[in-house]
Formats: sequence, C-alpha cells, structure tokens
Amino acid sequence: MMDWTALRLSLELAAWTAALLVPLGIVAGRALAHRRFAAKSLIEALIAMPLVLPPTVLGFYLLAVMGREAPFGRAFEAAFGQPLAFTFAGLVAASLIANIPFAVQPIQRAFEAIEPEIREAAWTSGLSPLRAFLEIELPLAWRGIAGGVVLVFAHTLGEFGVVLMIGGAIPGETRTAAIAIYDRVQAFDDAAAGALSAALLAIAFIATAVLFALGRPLRERRRG
Amino acid sequence: MAETLEVALRQRGPIPLDARLSVAGGELVALVGPSGAGKTSVLRAIAGLLAPEEGRIACGGAVWFDGARGLALAPQRRAVGLVFQSYALFPHLTALGNIAIAMGARPAAEREDRARLLLDLVHLGGLDGRYPRELSGGQQQRVALARALARDPKVLLLDEPFAAVDQVTRRKLQRELTALRRKLAVPILLVTHDLEEAAILADRMVIIHRGRTLQDGRPRDVLRRPVSPLVARLTDQRNLFEGRIEAAGSETRLRWGGLLLEIAPRPEFPAGTPVAWTIAPSDAILHSRHRPSQGERENPVEGSIGEVLRLGETALVTIAPHAAPGAILTIALSEHVVDRNALAPGEPIKVSLVASAIHLMGRDGPAEPD
Repeated sequence: MMDWTALRLSLELAAWTAALLVPLGIVAGRALAHRRFAAKSLIEALIAMPLVLPPTVLGFYLLAVMGREAPFGRAFEAAFGQPLAFTFAGLVAASLIANIPFAVQPIQRAFEAIEPEIREAAWTSGLSPLRAFLEIELPLAWRGIAGGVVLVFAHTLGEFGVVLMIGGAIPGETRTAAIAIYDRVQAFDDAAAGALSAALLAIAFIATAVLFALGRPLRERRRG
Repeated sequence: MAETLEVALRQRGPIPLDARLSVAGGELVALVGPSGAGKTSVLRAIAGLLAPEEGRIACGGAVWFDGARGLALAPQRRAVGLVFQSYALFPHLTALGNIAIAMGARPAAEREDRARLLLDLVHLGGLDGRYPRELSGGQQQRVALARALARDPKVLLLDEPFAAVDQVTRRKLQRELTALRRKLAVPILLVTHDLEEAAILADRMVIIHRGRTLQDGRPRDVLRRPVSPLVARLTDQRNLFEGRIEAAGSETRLRWGGLLLEIAPRPEFPAGTPVAWTIAPSDAILHSRHRPSQGERENPVEGSIGEVLRLGETALVTIAPHAAPGAILTIALSEHVVDRNALAPGEPIKVSLVASAIHLMGRDGPAEPD
C-alpha cells in the first residue's frame, strides 16, 4: 500500500540536495554576511528568486536550460552519456537551484549574528583565518547551518512543481512522494495517497520541531 | 628586551587621523580624548584592524606598518594583545578555553597549564570552567586581559577597559592593573575618555582631538600646563581666561579685566600679545578674614562667592571677581577652611593667585565648532 519507492526517492533527493547545497551555503552565506560590494543587493535578490517565483516558472526555465535541445543539456549528455531532463541527476540539479535561498539565508543570518569584534579578537589572538573560521565562526554559526540543512531537507521533500516540470513522474527515477500522492489521488487510490501524506506530515513536523529547537536562544539553555 | 612602540599615522578619511606617539617598554601611556576623537582608530591601526593611508608603526626592530613601502602586516603577525571595550570573549569557550586558544601552536596540555597561570595572575583561579555568560563584567574583563597576555605580546593595547563596569569594580581593576604592570615589561597603551583614570594610571598622557594628537606629557604637566586653550578645554580646566601681556621682562604683567596680574616672565609673549591663561583651582590662596598673612600682596582678587560645591574633603568655591566682570574663578579649598571662614554664596571673598602658577598660552585660531 505504502509507495516505499517514491518515499525512498524523496529522501534520497532531499539528502543529496542538502549535502551538496550546505557547503555552498556556508561559502555564499558567509561572504554575504561579511563582505560589502556593489552588487550585493542584486545577488541577494537573485538568491531569493526561488522563494517568490511559481515553481512552474522555475521549472520552465530549468527545462529550457537542461533539455536535450538546449546547449547545456546537450553538453551534459555528451559528457556523462545520459540526459539531465527526466532523470534523477536532473532532479538533483533542479532541486539545488530551487533550494538555494533555504540554505543561504539562514546561514547568512547566522554569520551576520557573530559580532565583528569576535572575529577581530580571533585575529588579534593570533588565529589564522582558517583557524578563526573552524574554531570560532563555525561553532558560533552551527545552529544556523543546521537550520539550513533541515530547511533544505524538508522543503525538498515537499517540492512539487519544479520536480514535475523537470522530472515528470517516472517510477523509481523521478516520481517523488509528493508527485506520487497526486498520482494516487488522480487514480482514486486514497489509501496509498493517505499513507504517503501521513509520512510526509510526520517528517515535516519533526523537521519543524528541530528548527524551532535550534532557533532557541542560548540563554534559555544556560545551566544553573 | 622591552622594546618601544612607535606610531605615526595620517589619513584624510573616513576618520581623519594625524597622530604621533611612542610608548617605551614598561611604560603606560593613556590616549585621552572625547568620544569620536579617533582614540580607538589609533588602537585598531596598531593592532592591524585598520589600515591608515600613511604612516609607520614599529615595535622595537619589527616594522608592522609602513605606508611608504606598502607594508601592512596582518593582525596575526603583530605581537599585540588587545583588550576590546566589549571584551569580545568567545562565547562558546570557557574562561580557560578563551585564554588557551590564543597561545598559538603549543601542545594542548602546556597551553592549559599556562592559561591557568594567567587566570591566577588576573585573580580568577578556580573559574576556569565558566563560560563568559556565567561571569560578571569585571570577571569578563579579567579574562579578556588574560587572553590578551596569552600570546606573549610585545605591546598591550587596552580600549576603554574599565568603561563597562561599576565604579567599585573599576577602582579594583585599576588597582590590579597598576600591580600587574610592574610584572610586564612591554609598552602599554590605554585608551580612555576619563581624565581622572588617565591621571591615576598613566606615566604619560597623550591628548587627542579629531584624530590629531595635541599634547604629550606627564599627566600633572598636561593638566597644569596645557599647550593651548583647546587642550585646556579638553582636559576640563575650570579656570580658562583671556588676557593681554602689558609689560614684559622681569616686570611681566598680565591684564585681566581691571586687574594687572604679576606673572613669571615668558619671553615668547612680548608686551601687547593677547593670551589665554589658566590657573589650577588649588593654586589660589584664600585671605583669611581674621588673620591677614604674608602672601596677600600677590595678585589679590576680590569678588563675591557664587556657589560652594562640597565634594567630600574638598570644596569648590566659585568667585565672580569685581574687576573682571563675566569671568568665574573657581578655587579649591578644604571643607574645614570653608567652614572656618563661613564661606557662603553672596559673601565677599578675597584670594591671591600664585604668580608662578599662572600658565600662559597663545590664543586658539578661529574657534572650531565642537
């Protein structure tokens, strides 16, 4: 009854997306937090685009880039021997783009929350930029980074429009849980749709609870 | 051994700077000025957190910054210990961890041992496991000081280190710094806006205003002999007046309103020169109403008492001199003298201004708005 294939596919997609996107989110989020440059607002707007665009619009443009007729899609197929559109790899690529703001924004906020003097104190204490990053900044920003991971994971599980546009609904390849629910409802298979929906609901609830726990200010956790 | 820190900085903006100072090994110099005077910028430039347009910063043989050669070492490569005004402790590390992390690449056990020694030095022994949020302001300041000392700095920089604690703690920390510096051979530069603090702690003070260093000297000299009316105002001199030199040479006289004051000869101010002058409140001598005494012929000033401000052991008495309308002369007296002479607002009063204590300065150019 439960479409385990679709659920597993969704979880795999979410895990890949989170694993690939978070390092990029740390680099981009930290740069946006610390640096000032002319085009910063433009870049921030570009990063936020997936939040405001209808997923179908995003999917349309991604398809235009990844399709077998498009130069990028052709080049990918020539290099890897498989097309990007309507494959799991294409799904991961689309998911990465659609999730950029969910990774970058919380991580950027986390780095912004570190007082500039803390970083300066690290330097005047003799810590190299790498040690300052690993031993001071990362431990102070980890809640934001973990929050980014959870958000990306949860949001990928729920993505529908982009996945449908790029992946279609090929069982075992691109039919994620969210797509499968739609399929099952169309086929009047309410039991299967209900089981998958309940699974996604549970995962979403746990993820959100974790997010709130991460966001709790430090002072509430102080001992004594 | 102990090396001298030498600093010369110049830049047009965003914060204009034209600063020059030096601090010898073992010496404590206070950089004093009002808020926004550029004190912290000078400190940040020394630490390598701000790159000025021009200048040179060197400590002993090591050049840290040289604008002419385009040399600017990163903060990590300058042996400075900096105590931030906000302390900037690492919130995720314990007191011990905050200190040990600043000790470079020694083995962990050795770092911890040395960090414990430093905690003892700043009287925090036993609190090594506490996180910054579990420490009081004064304790945080001590951890910050210990962290600044952890890398064996060649220069210790303190940015308003006592500004964020209550007065009792401040006094205590000031006493501890005085004791601690005897054990340190490095130059110490203290930034403060508190003149009293500078006078208590520093061997020398440097007055800075709008990024420009104006006077450098022992606190007593700077406070009694400001080089300009601007420095007199910045150091809160109560008695700052204008006058004119009337006769020069051995019979030098200063015209102040209707009075002709006897002063020590100053050849650089010939007769006719308009001058500014100050006198410390404690350098005016009260004429006793009951017992006329010797020095009463020295620059007698008569007036009426404006107010009597009791400050504990001493009192400040303001006088409106009859011969210099508009001026207000402030003198400092022991409270028992005030009581014995029944000094009260509105009463007449007579004082003598000690001739050798009258300090002359050239007048400032056109007044700058503050």
